[in-house]
Amino acid sequence: MSSNELGINIKSTYKFILSELKPKSKIITHFNVIAFIIIAIGAVLIVLRFVKGLGAVTNLSQEYPWGIWIGFDVITGVAFAGGAYSLCFIVYILGDKKYKPIIRVTVLNGFLAYVFYAGALLLDLGKPWNVINPIIGNSFGVSSVMFLVAWHFMLYMLTELVEISPAFAEWLGWRKVRKYLHGLTLGAVILGITLSTLHQSGLGALFLMAKNKIHPLWYSEFIPILFFVSSIFAGLSMVIVEGSISHKVFKNRMSDEVSKSHNSILFGLAKICAVVLYVYLFLKLLLFIHGEHWVHLNSQMGVLWLVEMIGFVALPCVIFTQAFRYRNELWVKIGGIITMLGIILNRLNVSVIAFKWYAADRYFPSWMEIEITLAIIFLEILVLRWIIHRMPILSDSPVWVKNEKH
Amino acid sequence: MERRTFVKTLGAIGLSTLPTITKGAESKSSPGEEFNAILIDTTLCTGCRTCEEVCLEANGMQEFEMNDSDLEKERDTSTDQLTLINLYENEENEIYVKKQCMHCSQPACASACLTKAMLKTKEGPVIWREDKCMGCRFCMLSCPFDVPKFEYHSANPKIVKCTMCFERQQKGGLPACVENCPSEAIIFGKRTELLTEAKRRIAESPDDYVNHIYGEHEAGGTCVLYLSSVPFEEINFRTNLGNDAYPELTTGFLYSVPLVIILWPPFLLAMRNAMKGKVNNAEEVENE
Ligand code: SF4
Ligand code: SF4
Repeated sequence: MSSNELGINIKSTYKFILSELKPKSKIITHFNVIAFIIIAIGAVLIVLRFVKGLGAVTNLSQEYPWGIWIGFDVITGVAFAGGAYSLCFIVYILGDKKYKPIIRVTVLNGFLAYVFYAGALLLDLGKPWNVINPIIGNSFGVSSVMFLVAWHFMLYMLTELVEISPAFAEWLGWRKVRKYLHGLTLGAVILGITLSTLHQSGLGALFLMAKNKIHPLWYSEFIPILFFVSSIFAGLSMVIVEGSISHKVFKNRMSDEVSKSHNSILFGLAKICAVVLYVYLFLKLLLFIHGEHWVHLNSQMGVLWLVEMIGFVALPCVIFTQAFRYRNELWVKIGGIITMLGIILNRLNVSVIAFKWYAADRYFPSWMEIEITLAIIFLEILVLRWIIHRMPILSDSPVWVKNEKH
Repeated sequence: MERRTFVKTLGAIGLSTLPTITKGAESKSSPGEEFNAILIDTTLCTGCRTCEEVCLEANGMQEFEMNDSDLEKERDTSTDQLTLINLYENEENEIYVKKQCMHCSQPACASACLTKAMLKTKEGPVIWREDKCMGCRFCMLSCPFDVPKFEYHSANPKIVKCTMCFERQQKGGLPACVENCPSEAIIFGKRTELLTEAKRRIAESPDDYVNHIYGEHEAGGTCVLYLSSVPFEEINFRTNLGNDAYPELTTGFLYSVPLVIILWPPFLLAMRNAMKGKVNNAEEVENE
């Protein structure tokens, strides 16, 4: 296919992209200044990390091979990105059109989360240049859960890219390409949900062999299922919170459709979160009773577990239920925030806090690990903002898209 | 190895095998039968630390300086030392215990490794290959004995652990520690032979040993076996690992992967079609 057949004029596209690269709003704002400083410091620290080794910037040790770059950036970040597949399931499989207006922004968010947070994995690898080994196939460790997760990350990023690509094509005005890409959506959605099921649970399965190293209140052979189920409300809570922020920040980019549906979407999501949280709580209790874990409650870790269960699972479950019943928008958002905090707590518990709870020298992240994590988050937000300001993510698709239908 | 083919076959036959999938579906024959192994008799060890010294030499790690005060506290192997002696004292005697990689028969580290950098050789030793490793440290997370160590202060870090002197073995030699132990506290042989020998020693002088060979069953069996005069928990061995091989902890999950891949997409499609009739605006979703 030549570029003409696809209806692409390379020269004008090039010019268009150049013009779009220019900032569209004020450059010096509080947010931008803070973001710039954090990213700049992060960049310096990343150089330091590659020159001097991981030990120069992290507090990792022989006892704690994984810290917050894995436990927070990758494991928690990917759970939060679970909104994309959950929403795709609701819209494309269950056919609930209500959520259609926010599907693009959710998938975009998911995609960027994978690019940046799963990408953060590269920082954590001792020999990142060998990351091609499990990809090009000169050494497939197929019995490894990590192998599976790595492959699924990559494939899933591809499916999300396909799902979001019509928005790119609309932005560039590539009509034929858009039509073609749009035709791939359903296939990508189905593949995406399948891959998500596997790698969301796969992230939990990574910890299966750390059997005696994770406190029994958190270790269970069902970690994969717990991770999968919790990724649903983790992702949807993220959609709630992020949607509410976008609602303020990107007001001028928001189509009528998106603004108008905002409330009914919030309540719908609250209901789903409540139900899934309830299922999760039930699973957790089942494991607790079945594992006869009463003895563990009377300890520091037991208290932490109770805090997680009551404060960050049961409580948001109740909040969502009530907020849905009384149509209280504010409480939906509060529920979303608490649920997100609960997910952070849970993932950090499994990967860092309840991990070797018996160790004499406990791991605590260095300020540099936290700094670099923040730098990655800010970088993601900047890219997200850049895209939303330019492409039809929250805004309506260009008129020609509507005309081409039917 | 069996597991891998099993997963592949499973992928191929998919549905038809569904009922046979249970967690313990892995073959129960113990594959460690003909592995090379090491038997460490702690009752014979005099704590001379020759093994520590020759290990440093054999692995080109001479920069490390050994001190007499080393034995005062319990130590762990490190990126500087692949094996070492710890001293445990009780009322009657001093017990010296050598520490290194256990060379599990079905190692967690190798099954964790996504590049096969960690490899269980068919001869028995578990080795690490620099050109494959990407430094994810999943092997460290998974090893029940916390053996692999990582060079945190290097721009091109290695995973470091005992290899049972695999290269020397390939040339027909013995592991350095075995060859140089003046008290014959460490002996080398096939795993089955060493188990027989260990049992013989216990039977011959039941007063000198506890009736347990550490490593015979622990974590599915290891290629380093220990004899001791006191219960193993008293010399700080991990006695809570169970007798199942660690990779089995993930087989249930790995078995289910091909199933999900095969079953999920058609299931999702069917569901979508079923829902179409119910939700009247599904048509619009479709055409958007
Ligand atoms: S002891 Fe650890 S590093 Fe050694 S073979 Fe077993 S799992 Fe691997
Ligand atoms: S750190 Fe290297 S040897 Fe260990 S699991 Fe990762 S790739 Fe394999």
